[in-house]
Order: sequence, then C-alpha cells, then structure tokens
Amino acid sequence: MTQTLITLPDLSLVLLIGASGSGKSSFARKHFLPTEVISSDYCRGLVSDDENNQAATKDAFEVLNFIAGKRLAAGRLTVIDATNVQPESRKSLIDLARRHHVIPVAIVLNLPREVCHARNQSRTDRDFGKGVVWGQSDSLRRSLKGLRKEGFSHVTVLDSVEAIDAVRIERAPLWPDKKTQTGPFDIIGDVHGCFDELHALILKLGYVIEGREPYRVSHPEGRRLILAGDLVDRGPKTPEVLRIVMDMVESGVAYCVNGNHDEKLKKALSGRDVKIAHGLAESLEQLSHETPEFRRQVVDFLDGLISHYVFDGGRLAVSHAGLKEHYIGRGSPRIRSFAMFGETTGETDEFGLPVRYNWARDYRGSTMLVYGHTPVPEPEWLNRTINIDTGCVFGGKLTALRYPEKEIVQVDAAQVYCEPVRPIGHGRDARDGDMIDIEDVTGKRVVETALSRNIVIRDENAMAALEVMSRFAVDPRLLVYLPPTMSPPETSKLDGWLEHPIEAFDYYRQNGVTQVIAQEKHMGSRAVVVLGRDAGAVEQRFGISAGLGTVYTRTGRAFFNDRVLEQGFLARLGDAVTKAGLWEDLATDWLCLDAEILPWSAKAMALLEQQYAPVGAAATHVLPIAAELLARAGQPDLAAKMTARAQMAGAYRDAYRHYCWKVSGLDDYRIAPFHVLAHEGANNLDRDHLWHMAVIDRLCAVGRFVKATERKVIDLNDDAQMAEATAWWEAQTAAGMEGMVVKPLAFTVKGAKGLVQPGVKCRGREYLRIIYGPEYTAPEHLTRLKARNVGGKRALAQREYALGYEALTRFVAKEPLYRVHEAVFGVLALESEPVDPRL
Amino acid sequence: MLLTLSTTHRPATDLGYLLHKHPERLHSQEFSFGDGHVFYPDVRDDLCTAALLLDVDPVGLIRKKGSAHDGFALDQYVNDRPYAASSFLSVAIGQFFRTAMTGRSKDRQDLADADIAYEVRIPVLPCRGGEATLRRLFEPLGYTISAARLVRDEAFPAWGDSAYYDVTLTVTARLASVLKHLYVLIPVLDDDKHYWVGDDEVDKLLRQGEGWLETHPDKDLIVRRYLKSFRSLTTQAMERLSDGEPEPDPVIEGEQEAALEKKINLNQQRLDWVLATLKAREVKTVVDMGCGEGRLVGMLSKDLAFEKITGCDVSLRALEIARARLNFDRLPEFQLKRIHLLQTSLTYRDKRLTGYEAATVIEVIEHLEPERLEAFTRSIFKDAAPGLVILTTPNAEYNALFDNLPAGQFRHHDHRFEWTRSEFETWARTTAERFGYAVEFAAIGDVHETLGAPTQAGIFVKS
Repeated sequence: MTQTLITLPDLSLVLLIGASGSGKSSFARKHFLPTEVISSDYCRGLVSDDENNQAATKDAFEVLNFIAGKRLAAGRLTVIDATNVQPESRKSLIDLARRHHVIPVAIVLNLPREVCHARNQSRTDRDFGKGVVWGQSDSLRRSLKGLRKEGFSHVTVLDSVEAIDAVRIERAPLWPDKKTQTGPFDIIGDVHGCFDELHALILKLGYVIEGREPYRVSHPEGRRLILAGDLVDRGPKTPEVLRIVMDMVESGVAYCVNGNHDEKLKKALSGRDVKIAHGLAESLEQLSHETPEFRRQVVDFLDGLISHYVFDGGRLAVSHAGLKEHYIGRGSPRIRSFAMFGETTGETDEFGLPVRYNWARDYRGSTMLVYGHTPVPEPEWLNRTINIDTGCVFGGKLTALRYPEKEIVQVDAAQVYCEPVRPIGHGRDARDGDMIDIEDVTGKRVVETALSRNIVIRDENAMAALEVMSRFAVDPRLLVYLPPTMSPPETSKLDGWLEHPIEAFDYYRQNGVTQVIAQEKHMGSRAVVVLGRDAGAVEQRFGISAGLGTVYTRTGRAFFNDRVLEQGFLARLGDAVTKAGLWEDLATDWLCLDAEILPWSAKAMALLEQQYAPVGAAATHVLPIAAELLARAGQPDLAAKMTARAQMAGAYRDAYRHYCWKVSGLDDYRIAPFHVLAHEGANNLDRDHLWHMAVIDRLCAVGRFVKATERKVIDLNDDAQMAEATAWWEAQTAAGMEGMVVKPLAFTVKGAKGLVQPGVKCRGREYLRIIYGPEYTAPEHLTRLKARNVGGKRALAQREYALGYEALTRFVAKEPLYRVHEAVFGVLALESEPVDPRL
Repeated sequence: MLLTLSTTHRPATDLGYLLHKHPERLHSQEFSFGDGHVFYPDVRDDLCTAALLLDVDPVGLIRKKGSAHDGFALDQYVNDRPYAASSFLSVAIGQFFRTAMTGRSKDRQDLADADIAYEVRIPVLPCRGGEATLRRLFEPLGYTISAARLVRDEAFPAWGDSAYYDVTLTVTARLASVLKHLYVLIPVLDDDKHYWVGDDEVDKLLRQGEGWLETHPDKDLIVRRYLKSFRSLTTQAMERLSDGEPEPDPVIEGEQEAALEKKINLNQQRLDWVLATLKAREVKTVVDMGCGEGRLVGMLSKDLAFEKITGCDVSLRALEIARARLNFDRLPEFQLKRIHLLQTSLTYRDKRLTGYEAATVIEVIEHLEPERLEAFTRSIFKDAAPGLVILTTPNAEYNALFDNLPAGQFRHHDHRFEWTRSEFETWARTTAERFGYAVEFAAIGDVHETLGAPTQAGIFVKS
C-alpha cells in the first residue's frame, strides 16, 4: 500500500478517534513525542490510581482539558488519545482549540469492531465485554459524516490496519508564518483606492515600476512591500490599486493582509447581501467598468488574503487592525475578526461609530506589530505597536514604515477624497502609553537583561518597592535609571585599617582588569539628574511636562523638596551644558547625569541634627571630664584610655564637619557629576571613564558650581602607579576626602565570572568614623569590625547594575515605558534586600 | 557615661561606708554592655566624690543585638549610648550600690537613715521634654537643679541645642532615696531608646519607686516612659529604603490627624456618610481604594446588602493591620467570598479593580504627589471605571478652626496638598468631564458658615 500523507498545521489539537482496541495509543507513540500525547487512560490513573476506572472519567477529562489548555497556550501541538467517539466529548475539545486559536484536527481509526474486540480480549487489563466496543463503533460510525461540520478543518479517516500502517505525518507552518522571511520590508498603511499616492510612495521608497499589465515592481536592494489591508473603497482608483497590488503579490514582491473593506468588497462582488456604505459604492461603480474576468480575479485575490503575517523569526507582525500578542501566528474566527476590526468597547460615539478600545496599551508582546485601520494624524508607537494609517483618503498622508530601520516615509494626499465621519484623531488619548500596569512590576518577576543573566525579583521585594514607588518616587517617565549599590573592598589585612586600596586593586586584577581609574569620592548626596535643553525637549523625549527635568535620589525621590529650587538648579546646569557646547557636540537635547550634590548637610540635616552632631556633642563633653576625674583619682591607665577616646571623638567631629556648610540658597550647592549616563541615542555605560571625565571637565570649565572629580588612571601591573594612587588616597582622606572609587577604565566589563563590579569604594580611615562609630579605630573594636562579608553586597551590586544598564538601554532605544520601568523598579526592589547598611 | 555623687557632710569620706565602696580602690565590674568602674576623685574630709563610669562597648552593643535578626544589626554604630546617661546607668547603680539602695549600712546605719546633703552631677543627661521635664521630675522630690544645655555643634551654631544637659542636682535626703530617684528617673528622661535588661521591669519600678512614686505629681508620665517598650523593628524593608531620613508613616501618623479631628469624631461621621451614600444608591459591590487599616471594609462587611467588598492599599503594614482587625484568618467561608484585601497602587493600572459598582476613595488623594494625581485619576476613572466613585478629602479652609494647627500646615505630615472647596470642585468637575462622569458635592462634619465643613466629598456617577 502506498503511503498516506497527513499534513498537520504545526500548532494544532489532534484528536485521535476510535473505539477501544483500535490502536490509538500505538499510533500516537509512532507519530508523536510522548509528551505531546495526553491519554484519557493516563489521566484516569492520575486521579484514581486505576487507568480503567470509569467512575473517574469526569475528573480525568478535567485534568486532560487542563493539561491540553496549558500546552496550547504555550503554542505546543497536542494529541488527545481518548476514544472521542461521542460528539459531546469532541465538542469540549473543539472549544478548547478555539479558545487557544489553534486548528482542531481529527484522525479517525475506523477499524472493524471485531478487530478491536479481539485486541481487547488479548489484553489482561481490559476486562470489558463486547458490548462496550460495539457501542463505541456505532457512535463512531454515526459521527463520521458530521466531523467537518463539528469544526474539524482537517479530517482523515483510516479504515484498515494497512491504511493505519501506511500513514506518514508531516507538519507544516501555519498560513501567517513567514518567519523565514527576514526583510527588509516597507509596510504601507490603508490605501483606500488612492492609487496615485500609492504609486508615488512606492517610487519614493526606491522601487522601480515597469509596465502596466502586469505591473512589474522591484527594488534594487531586494526590499519587499507589505500592505496592511484596506486597499479599496472611498478613493478614486480602487481597481488600479487592486491591479498593482495583485501583480506585486503574484510576483512575490509584496504581501498583503485582509482589511475589513477588502472583506466586504469580496462579499459584495460574490453576490452576498451587504450594506452598501462607507465607500463600497465607489468601488463597485469603478469595478463595473472593468472586465468580468478582472472582477473574478479580484474576488479570488481577496479570498486568498489572510488575517496577518509574522516575519523575521517572529520579530515583525502585520495585520490590518492590530492583534493581541497571544494571537500572533495563530488562526481562529476570533483572530480573523480582531485583525480586521480591532477591538471596540461596545459603545457608540456621538458620530454613531463604535468606540474603539485601545488594545495597544495592553500589548506586552516582544513582536513589533504594525497595523492601520483607524486613521491617526501621525504614525504613533505604543508598546511596540505602530498605527500607520494616516488617513490618505481623507486628505492626510499615505505612510510607509521601513523595517527594520523604523523610518517613516510619507506621501501627502493630492486632495481630500472623502470627508471623515469622525474627525481624525478623535477619541485618541495621547497618554494611553503613560500608565503602567501593576502586572508589569509586581509578583515574582524575571527581568531579562543584556548584561547579566535573567534577574529574579522576589515578590516581597516588589511589594516593598511598590509602596516606595507609589508614595515617594518621581513620575516613572522621568525615572529612567537608578544607580546600583556599591561594595567596599574586602577588609584590609593591614593593622589599623578597615579598608585600603590594596584590596580594591586586587579585586580587579583577579577579575582580569588591568586598567582602572580611581576617582575621588565626593561626600554629598547621590543624585541622578535628568536635564533637558528646554521644557519642550523634556516634553518631547520624556512625554511629560516637567520644566527642565528633575533631580532625584538613589531611591527615586525628588532630590529637592522645593520645585523652584530644583528648576533653578537645572537652569544653571543647563547653562553650563550650553556654554560647554555639549548639546551640539553630543547631538542631543537631553542628558542624564550621575552625580553627587554637595554639601551633605543640605540633604542630611535631619541625620546631622538627630544623630551625628549629638553623638559628637555628648562624646566630646563627657570623655574629657571622665579623664580628668580618673587622673584625680590616681587611675592613670584608665585616664589615658579616656583621653584617647576623647581624641577619637574629636576626630569624628572633624570628619563630618568637612561635609557640612550652610545652605541658604542655590548659590551654596555644588554638583560633582561623575557619569554622563545617557543622551539621545546613547547609553554611555558602554564608554570608558576617560570619555565621561572629558565631557564633565568641559562642564567644570564653564560652571563654577560644577565640581571636578580628581582621579588617577592606574595600570594594575605597575606597582609604582598603585603606590602613588595609594599615597594620594592616604593623603587626601587624611585631609577630609571621603575616599575613592576604583572602577574599570572601560566602565562595563564582563569577566570570566560574570559582570565585574562597576566600582569598588575605598573609604578613608577618618570618614569611616561616620559609619562605624567615632571610636572604631580602637584596636579592640577594629578587630571585631574586620569580620564582615562583602559577598552579598557584591552580588546585589551586580544585579542592580545590570538592571540599571538595562533601563538606560531600553530608554535610549525608545522602548515602551513599562519596559524601562520594569528594570528601574527592579533596582528599587533589590534595594529592599537586607544587606549590612554599613558596607 | 558618667555620674558623680558628692557629699560635704563631714566626715565626707563616710560616703565610702554608705556606698559600701572603699574610696581608696578602683571597683570594676563587667556588664553585658561594657565595663563599669566606681572610683573616688575627691577623698577629703570636707568633700568626697564617688564617680560611676561606664565604658560601654559600642561594637558589642550593636553586634549582639543584631545577631538575632539578620546576622548584622540595622542599628547605627554612630550612637549616643556610650556617652549619654541611660538605663545602663540604672543597671550599674543597681549593681554597684545594691546595698545602699536598700537603705542599709553595715557601719554607718545612722547616716544612711539621715537626710544629708548630696550633689549629683550627670555631665550628659538626655532630657526628652527639655529642662522643664527635668524640673518637673526632680523638683517635687526636693532637688535643686542646675542644668546647662549642650549645643549640637559649636562649629555650627545654627544647628541649635542638643537634647543633652550637663546637670547638677543638689538635695538633702537619704542616700537610698537619691539612688532610687536616679535609678528610675534617668531612663525616664532619656526616654528615646530604652534597652531592657530583664523582663521584670514592672517589679523593679514598683520596688524602686516605693515611698515616692505614688505621690509624685508626674507619676503617669514616669510610669509610661519607664515601661516604654522596645521600638518596633518592623517595617525594616521600608527603613532600608528611606534614604536615611525618617519617613512619615501614614498608619502611625494617622493618630496625629485623628487627634486633631477627634473633638468632632470626624472619621466616624465620614464613614457613616459613605455607608449611607452607598446604601442609598443600592450598591452591591465596592472597592475601597486606600483602605488603610480597613475600617470602612469592616463596616460594610456587617451589612449583607454588600455582596463583594475589596479593600486595597499600597502599604503592606496597613493591610496587615486590616487583616488583623477584620480577623481574617477566622472569618467564615461565606465572608471570605465577600471580603478581599489586596495590595495595589493608585498610580498603576490594575485590572483587578474593574467590575465594581462603586469605588470609595476616602481621604486618600491628599497623600499623593500632585504630579501623580493624573496617574491616579486615570487608573480609577478610566481603567477601573466603576459606575460610582465616592471621594473625600480635607477642606483646607476649615483648618483655620483647628486650635492646635499652625496656619499653613497640613493636618497630617504625609499630606502633599490640601484643597479649598473651589480647588477641589474645579478638579472634580474637570475630571468628571474628561472621563464621562457627572459629579455632585457633599460636606461632611459640622458646617461653618464661611469656611464650610472639615471634609469635602465628590460623588461621581458614570453617565
């Protein structure tokens, strides 16, 4: 017997139909993966420990449906191994397939009942009699005719053992699947019979059009066109539009998806009863001048159009009116309808038209989705979707989107061919993209980052961060980055030192970094600055009217409580950027800076008043009195100890006093920027620190209030350079500098063990009194304090850095707001992990 | 930490007998928090001074305490505990001078029983409530007080005074009484962080307060402060995210607003009004946005006309309190089907908030930054979009009628704004217009003829 070929769509729900003993399980084993097959017997066993327990059938089928549903949702072909001889048992599975927009397929094993019975007899685990098999066979025979009507689009009936043995199964991609086509493409929005504009646009895109019957269109670089549907109606030259598109699709230079107008025209031309409205009359009139042959070709062409296509490995999808992300690449009546009409709220507006539901704001897919259908004044991106119907027929523009370049190419309409019933853009909500869904941030989350592996955010951390984000943080649109925590070096092995540069240098050497930069660590308050060239620039790029931008703290709170002060501060900084010529040289009109704002006392007054100053006052008052009394009591040893303690208390006061000065206005603030985090088109965490410092030096040169960062570039193979840097650190920290941060010169470095710490801070001996207490340098304290572990802090710093980097990358790439926020939120969530706060 | 005790009662050296500590020797003892020493800087016939010095171990203090929690302590190493007089001093007094505190003296019982002149100096005594409290506590016991307040930092005069005083107390009394007074009143003045050393504090207070505390005019204050429990270490995650600055806690600080509004019991009036409004409109499903500790949810749950009641808040602590208040773990199953609590945020879109007939937003919007109000407005009126929204907020005009609220201040630390009636009405009308609602207004609480009611409300009905 010759082979019987069964072609299955590669995402389908396959029902094996046959009486007990017809060989379904053997068939399934032969043609499918074990995990693709769900057997009702197995499910009976799962719920009752007995595969033949008929009393467990109801529960077993619930389990079967559940598993099948999960598999289909995940896009996996699934085979149901059950008798499936009753229409009602098939119905629930067909519904399941529909719900997941996959194609139900029936493969019927229709063997003579005697064969089935004989097989059952030979098995010890099947003790049911003839009657059961006889009954199943009868049901099956009665079902055969109606299977297609029940909803199976593919039905194969195998009537003999030989026929069953001769089956070969092949899997084929679904209709929309053009994933192997990688482009480049030019996607064109609703044409509506505007042939002249289409012609002009095709030429403008660089295609060559030769001949007319047929049109021969080609692109010298092999680009291809995709038409997003609604070729017809309303406009003046529907037949000509159809002619050129049909020729282009025929020759393979274009793809076209089905629009609602195209569908309706097809029905009208096929003689179906449709309401002649919304420009259909014009199409019919124009086509009446064409030959019947042409009209037949049009019907065939329109009938062949499908709802959507997926291209380029799943990175691009095109449909007429959009899609939900889980519809992409699947097929069902519901998808077809959505692709043609989009989603409506069920209400009608004052123009009698259905109110459209902005499904795009719920879109969270990674596929770029291009669509048309609802005319908009300009193409608009929202969550990786873009509407390119710019209402050409209504006197707007015909728009093409170049893929992968994301460039817009347009041709103005020659005239208004039709007045829109509803003004273009009516009912649009420009802020639909600004709202972030709570599901974008809460629950256990896994954030994919380019720098590191996937980063897990625990539910509890997300909950804590949600509260801080909601109650205290600045608007998410401005919050494009949060800095990572920074680890100190391993504890110093040197006597009398808790932290020392040696260990920082060692860390980088061990991680294969030889060039580092050691930067002065300013003691102020960490600040991220988002600065626009002017208010318009901020509005344009960040989508929020926020003056010149904002300044926020490492946990996303507004740095300045006073809005006027904030804007004044930004204005000064903006002046410096302008004077330094950075807007032009960086070709940007916004900047994001990582900085320290000084003095510490400006932001930390509450801490100083409640904690730091009182401790100093108490210590320096009581310790000398104790020393004096002890001396008088003839206790020189204890007296000396108290004197030493008094000296340490004095040193502690000196330490914090370095970072305090009176702040009565803008003039008293200083800013020490150390990273130019990002500007238009650039995530600068990929540039080395010399670049950052060079840019910042230009700001320092023109802005009196911009404080320079002292630094040394060090070759870690050169002992002299390390010694020099260490000496510098010792001298400077003794004179009041907080410390230094050692960073890989290249900024972002991936080592053998993953991401290398972007910075290691070596804090000065005196400064650390503010952290570990005034008297921490006393040997009896220091020995104990040396027992500390930086491992947890480092792991956290690494993950936070990868997330911050990711946030900037996404923002610079103009990814949707929720994608940027997801990463920023992750940093804040990780910051709520318990870590020794003194590290 | 230092305290000196002197007498000029001749022969002053008898102080050694009274304290049972030889004046010529250094007496040292180890405590859990460090070393204690008693020594005599002045040993003369006309003046004898005993000094009690505690050499507190700052590292041990933090590490020991924290080890029970995360392996490290969240408390600061920069801490006044080694320097300022606190309950540690009471512990040391109790240990070093145990016999003296009982009023017994092996060799000088007559002196122990006699009122003689003592001078006590505590160079760094934290006084919560300032010198006035210091005087209120010691003067009724017959002390004369001289106190010099320490400045925070002489290099920065603008930073003002610290909470510490260099205090000298003089009194003519029995030694045992003086020691008992110090034992109890030093931690009471310190108040801030009371480190417990045992769990029998009530007994100790009764024992050491015997004979003077019962009649002390500030007995209540003393007892309350002395028995003040450990500062709660909850909300750790929040504290770690605080930028080092204490953040107002809406749950706790709600008390402040409540105190202000107490006279008129405004909160209850507000909730009664909300309940009545919901009932009048025959609402069956309600989501309470910003439910706090769940008072409204609790009220609604008692009325079976409400079929589904969901309380939402962004604060996990508030939700924890609400769960406890509503006795969630013991609710019968039919109640669990009606009542839900969930964490959400008003500035994000949340599908779970859709499908309710009504949303209540009671005294919530004023806790949002004005810039984030737009996000809230959209999340409720556009996304959740219930048929009815009941929203209340303080009427700023009415603040003038609160005696203890300085002009220009908000009723609550965490309020980001408070609106006048016209500000609120403008916002409400614009919002209603934008999202297809009709709005009417209501006043809650006693209405003043020109300033209006303390609470203003908007009732938004979807058209």
